[in-house]
Amino acid sequence: MAVGLEHCLVVSISLFLLGVFIVMTQRNGIRVLMGIELILNAANLNLIAFNRFLPNTDVNGSIFAVFVIILAAAEAAVALAIVLAIYQQFSTVNLDEISSMKH
Amino acid sequence: MAYLKDLLLGFSLFQALPISVIYILTAAICAVVAIAAIAVVALVAVWFERKISAHMQCRLGPMYVGWHGVLQTAADGVKLFVKEDIIPATADKLLFILAPGIVFVGAMLSWVVIPLGPKMAATDLNIAVLYLLATSSVVAIGIIMAGWASHNKWSLYGSMRGAAQFLSYEIPTALFIIPPVLLAGSLRLGTIVDEQAGGFLGMGNWYVWNPFCLISFICYYVSTLAETNRIPFDLPESESELVSGFHVEYSGIRFSFFFMAEYADMFIVSALGVLLFLGGWHGPFGINHAFIYIAKVCALLFVTIWLRWTLPRLRIDQLMATCWKFLIPLGLINILGASFWMILTGKV
Amino acid sequence: MDALLHSLVFYILAFIVLGSAAYTAFSANLVRAAFSLLFTFFGLAGLYIYLGADFVGISQVIIYVGGILVLLLFGVMFTTNVSGQGTEKQTLQMKWGILFLVVLFLLLIPIAFITPWSVMPDAGSKALESSVSPIGVGLLTKYLLPFEIASLLLLIALIGAVVIARGEPKVRAEAAKEDTSAL
Repeated sequence: MAVGLEHCLVVSISLFLLGVFIVMTQRNGIRVLMGIELILNAANLNLIAFNRFLPNTDVNGSIFAVFVIILAAAEAAVALAIVLAIYQQFSTVNLDEISSMKH
Repeated sequence: MAYLKDLLLGFSLFQALPISVIYILTAAICAVVAIAAIAVVALVAVWFERKISAHMQCRLGPMYVGWHGVLQTAADGVKLFVKEDIIPATADKLLFILAPGIVFVGAMLSWVVIPLGPKMAATDLNIAVLYLLATSSVVAIGIIMAGWASHNKWSLYGSMRGAAQFLSYEIPTALFIIPPVLLAGSLRLGTIVDEQAGGFLGMGNWYVWNPFCLISFICYYVSTLAETNRIPFDLPESESELVSGFHVEYSGIRFSFFFMAEYADMFIVSALGVLLFLGGWHGPFGINHAFIYIAKVCALLFVTIWLRWTLPRLRIDQLMATCWKFLIPLGLINILGASFWMILTGKV
Repeated sequence: MDALLHSLVFYILAFIVLGSAAYTAFSANLVRAAFSLLFTFFGLAGLYIYLGADFVGISQVIIYVGGILVLLLFGVMFTTNVSGQGTEKQTLQMKWGILFLVVLFLLLIPIAFITPWSVMPDAGSKALESSVSPIGVGLLTKYLLPFEIASLLLLIALIGAVVIARGEPKVRAEAAKEDTSAL
C-alpha cells in the first residue's frame, strides 16, 4: 500500500503517454506545445522519483530536474514566438495547413 | 502549526487519534484562521483606505455605521453577499465561476508562511521566500481566466495588461528580495527576522540600513505596487480607461473574492517587506511583539494608500520601460553590490 | 492509519495530475485545455514536494505556472477567435491515437514492474530535509559548466524569441503603414 517507485512510474508513464497522444492527434500548434510540456514533466517526475528511491543519489535528480525546467522555459518561449510568427504569415496555427515553405 | 499541534495533543481527547489526523486538524484550523485573517484584513484595510482618502481630500468619509464608520465595510460586505449574482450570457460559465476562486486561493496560499507575530506562522517553511514568489504567480492565471471568461473586451484588455504586468514585475521583485536573503543566509522568514535583532536602539541591525538593502527595499516596494495593481501601476483595472478591468463583469460575492484577494495581497507584500527589511517584530529598544510588526505593516499600507492620492497613473509603455530598462538591471547590479559588501565586511 | 493517509495524499495528487492532463488531451475547448494545465502543474509540484524535492516543486510553480502557462495562454488568445473554438476539426486520427496510447501503455507498464530497480529498502521512510542548499552547492561545483551553459541558452532563447516574434523589419514597416491608413 505504501507508495513506492512503481506508483510514481505508473503516473509518469500515463502522463508521458497523454503528452505523446496530444502531440500525435492534435492539429493546433499550441495544443502540441502543451503536449510537449506534459512529456517534459513526465521526465521530471521520473528523475525525482528515482532520486528519492534509489540509493546514493544525493540531489542529482533534483539538479537534472532543474535543468529540464530551464530547458522547458527556453523551449516554450522560442516555440511560442515561432507559433506567433507562423500565425502572422499563414493566419492559422493548424499544423496541417502550414505546408508551404514560402508564402 | 507545531505549537498548535502540541496544544491539541495536550488534550487527552486528541491523544487517542493518530498523528496524521492531528496534522489534518491543525491544517484545517490554520486554513480557517487564514480565511478569517483575509476577511478581517480586507475589512480593516478598506475602512483604512476610505478614511485616509477622505481625510486627504478634506472629506470625512464613512461616518454613520459604527464609530467613525468603522463597520461600513462590514455593511458593504453584507450587501455584496446578498446581491444578485450575475453571469453574462456569453461567458464561459465554468471558467467564470472558477476564476475568483483561483485568485482567492492564490492569496490564501501565501498565508501559510506569513507570520502574524513571533512564532505565529502556520508553518515556518525553510524555503518560505521562494514559496511566496511561487504563490504570487497563481494570481496572474486567475486574472487571465477572469478576463477571458467574461467575454468582454474591457475585461480582456485588463487581464492581458494584468498578466503582462505580473510577469514583468515578478522578476524585479524576486531580484530585490535576494540581498536580504544573501545577508541572512537563509530563505526561512523566522531566521531572516532573527538576524535583524539588536543593534543601535534595537533597530540598528535592520537590513534597511544596509545601503544595498535600502535600494532593494525601495525598489521592492515599487515592484510590489505594480504586482498588487496599486496606483500608479493600476493599469489592469484603470477605471477611467477600462471601466474596471478584468473584474468588470463580476458582481456580488464573486466580486468580493477579487476584492478581498487584492487587499490580502497588499497586506502580504507589506508584511514581506517588513519581515525582510524592517526587522519584522523587532521594535526599538529590544521590544519584541506582534503589535510592533502589525504597526509596521500598517505603516507600509498607509504609504501605499498615500501614493494613491499623490501620483497619477503611468502609461503602459512607461510601466514596462520602468521594469525592463530600469528595475531589472538595477536589481542585478544590486545583487552584485550586496555580494561585494558581504565579502568586504567579512560575512562570507 | 498514518501510512494510509500518507499514501492517500499521493493518490489524490496523482488523480489531479492525470485527470487534468486527460482533460487537456481530450477537451475540444482550447482555452479550457490550457487552464486545465494549471491543475496539472500544481499537482506535479505537489508530487515533487511529496517525493522530497522541495526546491524543484517550488521552481515548477514559479516557472511553469507563472511563466510557461501564461505564455501558452497568450499564445492561445492571440491565435483563436473569442469564442475559443475553431470551426474546423481540431484532431486527427483519433482512433489510431487511442490504439497507440493503449499499446504503448501495455508495453511500458510491465517494464516499470518487471525491471529489478535497486530500490533502497527503507526508501519510503527516508527522512526529508531541505534540498535547497545541496542543489546550490551542486550547481556551483559539480554542475558548474552545465549551469553556465544553461544561462547562455536562456540568453539565446530570449534574443531568439524576440527576433522571431517581431518578424522582418520590412513586414513591420508595412504593418505600421496599414495601421495608419486604417486610421
